[in-house]
Amino acid sequence: MFEFHVEGLTLSQRQILSALNIKVNSGETHCLLGPSGSGKTTLLNLMAGLEQENVEAIGGETRRANYWLPHKPEIGYLFQQPRLLPWRTIMQNLLLVEPNEEIVLKLLEEVKLQDYVDYYPSKISLGMARRVALVRCLLLEPELVLMDEPLTSLDLPTAREMRVLIKRLVCDHPTRSMLYVTHDLEEALELSDSVSVLGNSPAQVIYNSRIDAVSRQELEMLLKH
Amino acid sequence: MKSSRLSDQVIALTCLLAGWWLVASFVSSPLLPAPLEVFEALSKEFREQRLVESLLVTLQRVVISFVFAMLLGGIVGVLMGRFRFVNRILDPILIILLNIPALVVIILLYIWFGLVEVAAVAAVIINKLPNVAVTLREGGRMFDHELEEMSVMYKFSVQQKLVHIWWPQLFPYIMIATRSGLALIWKIVLVVELLGRSNGVGFQLHLAFQSFDVATILAYSLAFISVVQLIEWFILQPLDRKASRWQKGSSHV
Repeated sequence: MFEFHVEGLTLSQRQILSALNIKVNSGETHCLLGPSGSGKTTLLNLMAGLEQENVEAIGGETRRANYWLPHKPEIGYLFQQPRLLPWRTIMQNLLLVEPNEEIVLKLLEEVKLQDYVDYYPSKISLGMARRVALVRCLLLEPELVLMDEPLTSLDLPTAREMRVLIKRLVCDHPTRSMLYVTHDLEEALELSDSVSVLGNSPAQVIYNSRIDAVSRQELEMLLKH
Repeated sequence: MKSSRLSDQVIALTCLLAGWWLVASFVSSPLLPAPLEVFEALSKEFREQRLVESLLVTLQRVVISFVFAMLLGGIVGVLMGRFRFVNRILDPILIILLNIPALVVIILLYIWFGLVEVAAVAAVIINKLPNVAVTLREGGRMFDHELEEMSVMYKFSVQQKLVHIWWPQLFPYIMIATRSGLALIWKIVLVVELLGRSNGVGFQLHLAFQSFDVATILAYSLAFISVVQLIEWFILQPLDRKASRWQKGSSHV
């Protein structure tokens, strides 16, 4: 189990998060639901250990800025945008993370992109680029995957396809944990084992439960809140 | 498309030559020689083995100054673009360097260090360096923050960052600095040679100037313009095309 704890978070001296505690069981998917603008991405960046301008966090092991217990997990971070290197082909992008071409090809086959290895990112669709980014994330063999609304701006069939892939490659993996950030209730209900809802301002966890112990109406009410 | 652009260029050059020839035959003075006379001067310089030697000497100075100006200016510029405090310290110096007339730098270095090769090349470098720094500072400022974060998350080594993230982002700025650099540097090299060297194109121009030999002056100018154009065609443009493959053209390699 991984536990993330922070006493608070300020962005440009304005507090956007109150004290917050999130637990992710190993092999499980925890969904963080919250409205847009509730500081979800800032929070994910902090979890990933990225330095952010004008952002200050309170608490944690101050020197190393680690907010994870018992230790910081190996993290694979799937950003909202694919962030592929536009001047490198799909294969070159992936080889930078995993030098073994066979491993890369095997994962590319899993997401049905084996025929696009020599394409530049500008020549493939956003949905395909997201799949490449997913492959890159999995090549790290992370203990914990952070996902920041990976289905935004995808059309419905593409989003459904991507959701199936995420479920198969990440959620169904026996030891891989995931923290999935979204404002979309459907995604949370389909993918997660447990769910936290962010609300209020500065944001705090206003609800936390196993996904099978909560009804859709209840979550809808909480999100509107 | 490409062939029509080439024919446009040929037409433009032909018109220029025709206009030059018309005016020259109308004026009919040794101060404005006709194209043919210039080509005669060119072949005379070539036969007497001054042309190639002078071109090579000048080209060598251009290359050495270019390499040093790009390296030093590039490093300074990128650091200034990346780190605000470096920029704060170096910016005033850069402004001074940008605004010192080229001639002043050349004369001062010749006075301080004598009419030696090092002073000549150093003068050219000092003249070009601030332009490179200013251009590459913009490049350093434009680094993509998102790719930087990605490279941290995916544990890129410094070498990987250098080759795959920083260099490709700087490349367009390096090309801008290269193009403006070549044009500027060879002009300054000629001045340096005219003032204090006893070989090179600038020195030959100096000799021709003393005898008001306009045909030879134009012959050397044409020769060097051709050299720079060849560099553009056979080095810079292929580099450009190779580096911009990912932006346009075929859908895959």
